[in-house]
This record gives sequence, structure tokens and C-alpha cells, in this order.
Amino acid sequence: MIRIQTHDFDVGLETQRMTEAQTAIGGLCTFLGLVRDFTGDKNLERLTLEHYPEMTEKQLENIEQEARRRWDLEEVLIIHRFGDLAVGDKIVFVATAAAHRKDAFESCQFLMDWLKTKAPFWKKEICENEEHWVEAKAQDDDQAHRWDILK
Amino acid sequence: MNVIYFAWLKEKIGIATEQVLLPHEAYNVADLVSDLKTRGGGYEDAFENIAIVRVAVNQDHVNFDHVLKDGDEVAFFPPVTGG
Repeated sequence: MIRIQTHDFDVGLETQRMTEAQTAIGGLCTFLGLVRDFTGDKNLERLTLEHYPEMTEKQLENIEQEARRRWDLEEVLIIHRFGDLAVGDKIVFVATAAAHRKDAFESCQFLMDWLKTKAPFWKKEICENEEHWVEAKAQDDDQAHRWDILK
Repeated sequence: MNVIYFAWLKEKIGIATEQVLLPHEAYNVADLVSDLKTRGGGYEDAFENIAIVRVAVNQDHVNFDHVLKDGDEVAFFPPVTGG
């Protein structure tokens, strides 16, 4: 399941919903991404995330299907927030539930690596006297390449 | 075609979306970028360094040699920074 939203979410509640009334799940792996201050000595006031709604949905749905093809998964949840966020806020959540831990661990990492390089979101840092768009990191591409999913 | 800009491309060009007529067959993304740059101003600035511009056609990532069709949704944006 894919959810793109501005509001916060409760990790405990989300994982509980994924596993309740399920008898085949033996393990659940989660990744929670938080907004960190990487501006150095400048005072980061907030972060604004812009995205391309139609493409985000289409691309994330495709990659959920790809993860389900590669691993034996019972449940997949991807939540990504957009709009204004403060340092420490939750920004992204990926949870994979499977009968066995290997499927859960690997697919969770695959989904995050993919999302970092292909999901159309852009971060803008808003500091006291200036604002600028965050630049992409080449190391994110390298991590996604491990899965051979880039063109 | 519906052309859409995101992040700093949108800011430099000054608009979020616009309609562009497909001028002829076998017209690809690189041709579109060349034509947009001839408008000067914000367009020239936004497409100055094509190495940091990404493109999607109908919500899928494509390369600049991708051939466009009438009615395509063409989006230009910087490398993504989500997650």
C-alpha cells in the first residue's frame, strides 16, 4: 500500500494494522526516515518537500509490485510525506512483512534504495535568511545500482 | 504536449506547466530542450547544465533521446532528493 500525505503518522499503529488478523507473517522490517539538519552552521527553519503526485503514485506502485515479484511478501507499506516539515519530523516509512526475515529485510532495503533515486520528491531547505534546493547524492545512485534497477 | 517543471526548474522558468505543440515527427526530448532554450531568459538558465536535469514522459523516467508524441506529458526536474 502506498500513501503520500502531509500529515504525521504513528509507526506503532501502522505496523499493528499491517499484522492484525494475519497468521502468515513471521517478521516485519521497518525503515523510518527523519528530517535531519545537514545545513551545518546555518539555522535550518524547516524543509519543504515538493513532489509530482501522479508520477509518485505510479512509480511507487510499480516498485511495490517489483518487490513482491522478487521476494515472498505478505504486506508492504510505503508512506512518504510532502509539504512543510521540521527537523526531527518523520518523512518516510517503509514496512515489509513476510513469513521469513530474509524477505522482509532485503525488500525493505530495496524499496528504500529505489525510492531515494527514483521517486519524484525534491527537498528545499529554508534557513533564516536563505533557501535552497538540496542536491542529490551520487552515493544514492550507487546503492540503488546494487539491485540493477536503474536504466 | 503538456510540459511540466518542478523544483528549481519551475522557479527559473517562472511557470509550472505549459502546452507545447509537437512541431514534427521524430522529435525527441533533446530537440524540445533546444527549442525551449531558444526562448532565452529563464529557459536558458534552467537548461544551462543538462547533466543536472532529469525528464519523465507520461510519468516514467526516460532519456533525452526519447521520441515524443502528441499528447505526451513531459516533466523536467532535478535529480530527486526524497526519502
